[in-house]
Amino acid sequence: MTGTFGAGPLPATADVVVIGGGVVGCAIARELTRFELSVLLIERAPDVATGTSKANSGILHAGFDADPGTWKAKLNVRGARLYADLAEGLGIPRKATGSLVVAKDAGQMDTVADLRQRGRDNGVPGLEIWNRDRLLAHEPNVSPEVAGALWAPSGAIVCPFLATVGFAENAIRNGARIVTECAVTGIDVVGGAITAVCTTRGRVATRFVVNAAGLHSGAVARLAGDDSFTIRPRRGEYILFDRSVGQLVNTVLFPTPDKVSKGILVAPTVHGNVFIGPDAVDIDDPDDRETTAGGLAGIVAGARRIVPALPLGTAITEFAGLRAAAGKDFVIGPSPVTRGLVHAAGIQSPGLTSAPAIGEAMVEVLAEAGLKLRPRAGFVPVNPAKPRFHDLDRPAQAALVAADPLYGRVICRCETITEAEIVAAILSPCGARTVDGVKRRVRAGAGRCQGGFCGPRVTAILARELGIPVTAVRKDSADSWLFLPRADIGAAEGIHA
Amino acid sequence: MRELSYDVVAIGGGPAGMAAALAAREAGAERVLIIERDRELGGILQQCIHNGFGLRRFEEELTGPGYAHRYIEMVRNSDIDVWLDTTVLAAEPGGVITSVSPQAGLQVVRATSVVYAMGCRERTRGAIRTPGSRPAGVFTAGAAQRMVNMEGYLPGKEVVIVGSGDIGLIMARRMTFEGAKVKAVFEIMPYSNGLTRNIVQCLEDFGIPLYLGHSVTAIHGKDRVTGITVSQVNEKLEIVPDTAFDVACDCVLLSVGLIPENELGRAAGLMLDPITGGALVDQFRQTSLPGFFAAGNVLHVHDLVDWVSEEAAIAGRSAARHARGELPEGGAARQVAAGEGIRTVVPQRLSPLEPGKMSVRFYFRAARPMGASLLQLYADGELAFERKLRIVKPSEMIVADIPVRKIGAATKLEFRLAPAPGKAETEEEIGEEA
Repeated sequence: MTGTFGAGPLPATADVVVIGGGVVGCAIARELTRFELSVLLIERAPDVATGTSKANSGILHAGFDADPGTWKAKLNVRGARLYADLAEGLGIPRKATGSLVVAKDAGQMDTVADLRQRGRDNGVPGLEIWNRDRLLAHEPNVSPEVAGALWAPSGAIVCPFLATVGFAENAIRNGARIVTECAVTGIDVVGGAITAVCTTRGRVATRFVVNAAGLHSGAVARLAGDDSFTIRPRRGEYILFDRSVGQLVNTVLFPTPDKVSKGILVAPTVHGNVFIGPDAVDIDDPDDRETTAGGLAGIVAGARRIVPALPLGTAITEFAGLRAAAGKDFVIGPSPVTRGLVHAAGIQSPGLTSAPAIGEAMVEVLAEAGLKLRPRAGFVPVNPAKPRFHDLDRPAQAALVAADPLYGRVICRCETITEAEIVAAILSPCGARTVDGVKRRVRAGAGRCQGGFCGPRVTAILARELGIPVTAVRKDSADSWLFLPRADIGAAEGIHA
Repeated sequence: MRELSYDVVAIGGGPAGMAAALAAREAGAERVLIIERDRELGGILQQCIHNGFGLRRFEEELTGPGYAHRYIEMVRNSDIDVWLDTTVLAAEPGGVITSVSPQAGLQVVRATSVVYAMGCRERTRGAIRTPGSRPAGVFTAGAAQRMVNMEGYLPGKEVVIVGSGDIGLIMARRMTFEGAKVKAVFEIMPYSNGLTRNIVQCLEDFGIPLYLGHSVTAIHGKDRVTGITVSQVNEKLEIVPDTAFDVACDCVLLSVGLIPENELGRAAGLMLDPITGGALVDQFRQTSLPGFFAAGNVLHVHDLVDWVSEEAAIAGRSAARHARGELPEGGAARQVAAGEGIRTVVPQRLSPLEPGKMSVRFYFRAARPMGASLLQLYADGELAFERKLRIVKPSEMIVADIPVRKIGAATKLEFRLAPAPGKAETEEEIGEEA
């Protein structure tokens, strides 16, 4: 029983409606498909992973930051373990790099020792204090002006887009329906209990709603009469560097944290890039992702305190992400006001790490709220592997092209992404609908030319595979049109891939 | 996997690759191959449908496709092999080239000589770190040019152009022809990075304002771009306070520089010039990898395709000679430095000069605009050669033939640009490479 994905009609009823197609909502939806339930996930954007999940550090935190006993502490350590088991089967790129918290002086070495103790209390394995020499041997580009570091071998990195897509695709393969471009306009509550969700695509009757609406989860709660928490968007800016400087750091490098955030990191990505960021600025608009000159200068200054020789000339893009901060801890549990409404809200760092564990926790929360759970026979926990031409050896590449000639046409020259991979990304159960959707799934356009060469060709492939005109292809959001017809030619002609 | 061997393989079938392959064949290379990733030869020329090409090479004014066609015909009329729709995955030292195409799959070619001719890519918004949001409607000028000229779609109706590189200027005129409103061109430097003729013919003729010394400080819009914020900059390129203003637009085209596309060379361990972004080459256009040559915009970004064809012919001839074992080997290469006033010089080193050689041609870019100037060669610190130039612009390449007798036996060569005293004479005609 395969589910559906796209801007289609809503079903009349669903046992559970998950609001929000970020990594948390998708992980929850997947967890729910283990049971005999009709699961509907609704997302206002044309794709999953377009909010906080698209712009974050991509780190699987070891789990030494959170205070023992909090949701964050419990779910972080559990989530990091779950990824180790799940990632390969769901097609989520993950690298066990380990992480380091760099201390600049004796005072910070004390903080780092406290972190180690907190980490041990949280059950984080293998924490060690490293002296300066050990640190510099492992990370030769770190400033020599350091005192030492905390080494967390269980720290890792992951692709946040493919984590979200991996959970979403698996949920769909197990029967979940994901309806996109579907914004919540109201929640019907009768006698203190949820009866339906109203959306821009109609009304769906349900008794259980999972609020995983990220930056908008406070607003969603209020639609159901629950104002028990508010979300404060906290913006963080990033600079991403080319793969040619990917050897700059081997591990995730944190500064010793202060009270507000984990500070400006210098870290590798699973795809071999390096990034710096994020800062932390409270803002009002939950959709304001503008980077600023001051913010970018600030993260450069911050990153230079750890790695002085930053290759700024190899920057390929800058972006800002928004954390959905509700307070110190995650908001996980039933609404104190409305029966049938359960929250997975206020999921800031370490939300990406915690997502699969949040999925498990929310199943328990829903069960306690009265949802009947009967295990479903036939749950398939993995997605079929999608070959990545660039990562294969020559004989394997030759075999792929022999099987499908489109593996022989390189569309994205910077990242060596073939037409077959792009087509597969579009035709997959949780398929790309936008140019950025293709980029997040297979990295076409994610390299140093930022789609300058492949953008028109990806646009053409999307139009062809989706059966839509080129002028209907969008960059990312619902209204992000890319091209107009030329007056003297009209929109009828297709373009060359 | 098929395995083949060639004397000379040009990687890239744009103007550089075609000219190099033709010159190699003429110079006696028996088996010559061009590998091109697109479905036709010609490279970026195919989207440059404006005129102004070929005045030097063919002594007539051609469009980009017209210029490309001349070379495509010559290639067709030769026995040079051409692989289209084929991407080179690796070109390893020793001349082992691995490529892939839908039709032929993976293929390995053993080449005695390789000519890099992959061209360049456009610098992006990310590379210049322009703040703001990331809406649809922000394109590099070349990507927009392809969509308009080859695919028949418009990237927007109210256009702002950032950077005054030639593609941006050409696109200002092109978008105007298509009925779009081009509101302005903003250039951070106090001078334009485009050819003078493009400033005149693409902006002034259409009343499009060019703002020099202005930087874009933010791009706005959540779905589609809605506008930009611009400020004046001072001579240190710092934002001047209280000069910010907004310009509404639905499209931003970037023309902020070109970068040689050297990833294949980098992977093979090629030594690069940090300023040009291209390979370090000698007068034969041989790179630090023996048997690997470079020409065209992958070596250094040119202003005119005519120079590309000429330079590629040098590389092609050298590649053919190398394939036959006739390229002079051995002897220490002498360094050629870009001194005061010069931003780049190619070639960056001289291998031992051949007997009978009368002059060596060098290509320069100036560091800044200057009036009447002297191009000077300092050989081992002594002024050895001087030539007057009427005017110097960073956007226009300086080409000069330096007599071998002036170079002499000096081990260190440095070129400089100095202000010319008094009134300059007309720029002297330069001779062809011997």
